[in-house]
Amino acid sequence: MALYSEKVMDHFLHPRNVGVIEDANAIGEVGNAKCGDIMKMYLKIKDDIVEDVKFETFGCGSAIASSSMATEMIKGKPLSEVRTLTNKAVTEALDGLPAHKIHCSVLAEEAIKSALEDYENRKNAGNQ
Amino acid sequence: MSIYADHAATTAMSEAAIEAMTRCMREYYGNPSSLYRIGQQAKEVLEQAREDIASVIHAESREIYFTSGGSEADNQAIRSAALAGKKKGKNHIISTAFEHHAVLHTLEQLKTEGFEVTLLDVHENGVIRPEEVEAALRPETCLVTVMYANNEIGTIQPIREIGAVCRAHQVLFHTDAVQAVGPLSIDVQAENIDYLSASSHKFHGPKGVGFLYARKGVPLLPLINGGAQEKGKRAGTENLPGIVGMAAALKETVAERDAEAVRLTGLRDRLIAGLKEIPHSALNGDAEKRLPGNVSFCFEGIEGESLLLLLDEKGISASSGSACTSGSLDPSHVLLAIGRVHDVAHGSLRLTLGRENTPEDVEYIISAVKDVVSYLRGFSPVWRDLQSGKTPFIL
Ligand SMILES: Cc1ncc(COP(=O)(O)O)c(C=O)c1O
Repeated sequence: MALYSEKVMDHFLHPRNVGVIEDANAIGEVGNAKCGDIMKMYLKIKDDIVEDVKFETFGCGSAIASSSMATEMIKGKPLSEVRTLTNKAVTEALDGLPAHKIHCSVLAEEAIKSALEDYENRKNAGNQ
Repeated sequence: MSIYADHAATTAMSEAAIEAMTRCMREYYGNPSSLYRIGQQAKEVLEQAREDIASVIHAESREIYFTSGGSEADNQAIRSAALAGKKKGKNHIISTAFEHHAVLHTLEQLKTEGFEVTLLDVHENGVIRPEEVEAALRPETCLVTVMYANNEIGTIQPIREIGAVCRAHQVLFHTDAVQAVGPLSIDVQAENIDYLSASSHKFHGPKGVGFLYARKGVPLLPLINGGAQEKGKRAGTENLPGIVGMAAALKETVAERDAEAVRLTGLRDRLIAGLKEIPHSALNGDAEKRLPGNVSFCFEGIEGESLLLLLDEKGISASSGSACTSGSLDPSHVLLAIGRVHDVAHGSLRLTLGRENTPEDVEYIISAVKDVVSYLRGFSPVWRDLQSGKTPFIL
């Protein structure tokens, strides 16, 4: 039996949306190097839609796969939908993760939430 | 392409061992405790294996006890010395911070039973200092247990010097030699070793079998009670095919040891030189006092599990001390013990070379590791911060 599902391996070996968006208007970063996982999400939001998204991840195979899957799940989606993305949905989309790797999908959810928070903060700052 | 570079985890079975085992299973199925001929033939085979193994480490055959492997031998040696010490009011044990868990967890258990344990510093180079063993000795010290060579970073410990210290102070000395039996020449007499643990699958023998050397006269208690096998110190009908396979594998390993040590040291040093070309990387453990086949590195800015998976895609089997591969949140206790901080310890890679590896393998590994490390760094936020100067490089 393999350590990871085929889906996880596919996203780990061929991660989607890898990289940086220079003019991102929402950036989220979660985790810390001490624990071995850091995820950074760059979002370009326009008219309440995630026009583009990219990620950078320091972490294990499932952390990279979770980031990749999460970016696919929010790309082109309205913020109302993006806000409801859960780690459970990411895990299911990956056909499951080993029990001790579930926290990787949690990080993906948190990275997106953190980016959305950044977006709101920037908007509020701009309004002042 | 398929390159096995994880010989510290386990080794491929030797053909000679497979043959010896097959023959043993066919021809010597008798119970060595039975008095009729086929039982006594099995007994002879058992005792021949014991003699062959004893001679390799300069022991007497009656000092060799067969076990289910290295873990059991570690448990039995440590428990025996500890409980004998306790009877004399001695409840202090000296060991090191980077022992295998078979030792460390046994010591943890003993702590709950009233023992005090001193874990010696292993220093940045992963080599303990005999004078620090001596300084840690107390009147109530009943045992010193120090591994012969470390399983992750391959560093070889000054066993002979520690043995001399223990002998001078009349303290029992155990060494977990699981990584050393096979590649290194060991003499339990000259090195003053009282107990030594070994495991067959590390030297091309079968899994689930090993041995404990216990010098005659030292305390030895059974962990498994029952019949009178192994002089009452290890009950249960002997794993004869396993024992015979272990002896055959060991004989073969020892016959080629010196030439193999030279060959592997050459491959190892070439691999180390190649990997050192990767910026912000570092070798773990002393460059010279290390097992012939061991290469252990940390690469800053990447995580070990993803490194292993990508190397596996390229046909290379290796291991890492990252948290993700250990199933816990902390990286390897060995890397932490030599002073690697968490961030760096997560990016570790262990390549352990052995019998089947060739110079071509080493060149392929070097280029594969270079590719994978730079690929992973390419989208690592940690690497980005290091590169931009936001956080300082450690390596
Ligand atoms: C240093 C050391 N001690 C003990 C063991 C345990 O040996 P075994 O797997 O035979 O129980 C190992 C093997 O992983 C080891 O490397």
